[in-house]
Amino acid sequence: MYRHSVEIIENKKIASNIYKMTIISNHVAQTANPGQFIHIKIPYDESLLLRRPISINGVNRDQNLVDIVYQVVGKGTKILSHLVTGEKLDILGPLGRGFWIPKGTKKIYIVGGGCGVAPIRFIGERWNHLDIISFLGFRGQSWAYQIDEFEKFSRKVFLSSDDGSIGFKGPIVSLLDKQLSIDKPDLIMACGPIPMIKALQKTLIKYDIPCQISLEERMGCGIGGCLVCTCAIGSKNNWNYKKVCTHGPVFWSEEVILDGEFETKC
Amino acid sequence: MENLKLNVNVAGVHFKNPLIAASGTFGFGLEYKDYIDLNQLGGISVTGLTLEPRKGNPPPRIVETPSGILNSVGLQNPGVEYFIESVLPELKQYNTIIIANINGNSLDEYCHMASRLQQADIHMLELNLSCPNVKQGGVSFGTDPKMVYSITKAVKKHSYQPLVVKLTPNVTDITEIALAAQQGGADAISLVNTFLGMAIDVKTRRPVLGNITGGLSGPAIKPIALRMVWQVSKVVDIPIIGMGGIMTGQEVVEFLLAGATAVSVGTANLVSPNSMIEILNELKNYMVNNKIFDIHELIGGLIV
Repeated sequence: MYRHSVEIIENKKIASNIYKMTIISNHVAQTANPGQFIHIKIPYDESLLLRRPISINGVNRDQNLVDIVYQVVGKGTKILSHLVTGEKLDILGPLGRGFWIPKGTKKIYIVGGGCGVAPIRFIGERWNHLDIISFLGFRGQSWAYQIDEFEKFSRKVFLSSDDGSIGFKGPIVSLLDKQLSIDKPDLIMACGPIPMIKALQKTLIKYDIPCQISLEERMGCGIGGCLVCTCAIGSKNNWNYKKVCTHGPVFWSEEVILDGEFETKC
Repeated sequence: MENLKLNVNVAGVHFKNPLIAASGTFGFGLEYKDYIDLNQLGGISVTGLTLEPRKGNPPPRIVETPSGILNSVGLQNPGVEYFIESVLPELKQYNTIIIANINGNSLDEYCHMASRLQQADIHMLELNLSCPNVKQGGVSFGTDPKMVYSITKAVKKHSYQPLVVKLTPNVTDITEIALAAQQGGADAISLVNTFLGMAIDVKTRRPVLGNITGGLSGPAIKPIALRMVWQVSKVVDIPIIGMGGIMTGQEVVEFLLAGATAVSVGTANLVSPNSMIEILNELKNYMVNNKIFDIHELIGGLIV
């Protein structure tokens, strides 16, 4: 059963408005892949009906521990942030189709922005035999987290922030662009806010490098039944709404259509 | 507990228990097969079908509101042919009632779909005159008693299977619409579909949903849905499938007491994939605890 009750081992603030929770789950720890998420029922408030999809930040298979990182944005995540060690959570997961490493991949660049840094860490942790360069973008110093974790598996970590308080002042994709003009990886993997993903797609037009991106969308059931978490996938002239929960959340960057209007005519 | 009589008969169709997965919340059922035993369900009303494949509305398509959910999926589906050829054969391997929910832009489309499904191996046809998320058809048909009467009458001529007409609550007098469906020849009525609503993001001053408006479901609408089922049950002679925010077994009992013969569970499926099994167990426990051995003791049993 993918739905189970798990115990919270630790729940702590790691940056401004950002929390890391560690739960114990044999099933998730042993089966989860980078890019997958767990779907959490918010306890203590029955009026909050929908589960919250939160990506997996890393696992410890020896101790069956699972880390998730989340930002407090509303009532549900606020309740999550108040939970303490020993409390239980009702979760579904691991769900979704995560990142994958095509055969022959040796060198990867991983790109994360804000909350999107969290799932990217799991990539480096799982596939640390690869040659990895990390690109992490934050709003500023007080929003930055887990940089030391990335240093463990990265040949180099590039940092940027909106206000210049940490690393380069400006978008992280600018740093990526500069690095790509010097040296190209076999694969790029990214997660971050929509403006970052759009900038990344625009930059990639210049280079012939495959890129996987993880998308976020407001979600319902999480298992492909309700069709609410869709994103336009395909080419400009031939696209369909695919389910972020089960077809994704990871898609090839070139297939993801984020611009323009997709009002249907039927 | 095993001696409980849970089976109900809706327009000649035998359901092993009164719980039906509501259209649009349960995919084609198969999405849930890894999570629950579909054989335990009374029935499945599959996701809303249209004559041609339909992309649906632009995202975002869902927003949580207090004790409710607004959705604006807009009938994304692969079309009736795909359903018959590629979905139904696998779905038919399960021992549960299959209801095809059909949606048209015109009278012709509804009739065309009914004719096509006549030859398909489904148990019931649900005529959806109530989708709030499409520009043509849907709720615009379901709010006019004359239109409800004429579409029901026309589709009935083309349908071999018993015909359920699904009603919208976005009307002044639901009984008028229910009577129109009955006069048109409906074999059963299902109600309610979602209430038209909206949510606004005050930071961006934009609607949260890509479609601007959406359909509200969940516990927030349950008292209104229950009232409408009760009102309709007093005026029609055909069976009612009641729905609207059912999350527990006790709420199933409320709808049965109000006059529903069976119920549909919708929003609860989005909360947890095994919600219907939990609700079924709660219903059984209620019956045992209250010494009710036949579900028919509850149907229409409201004391006023």
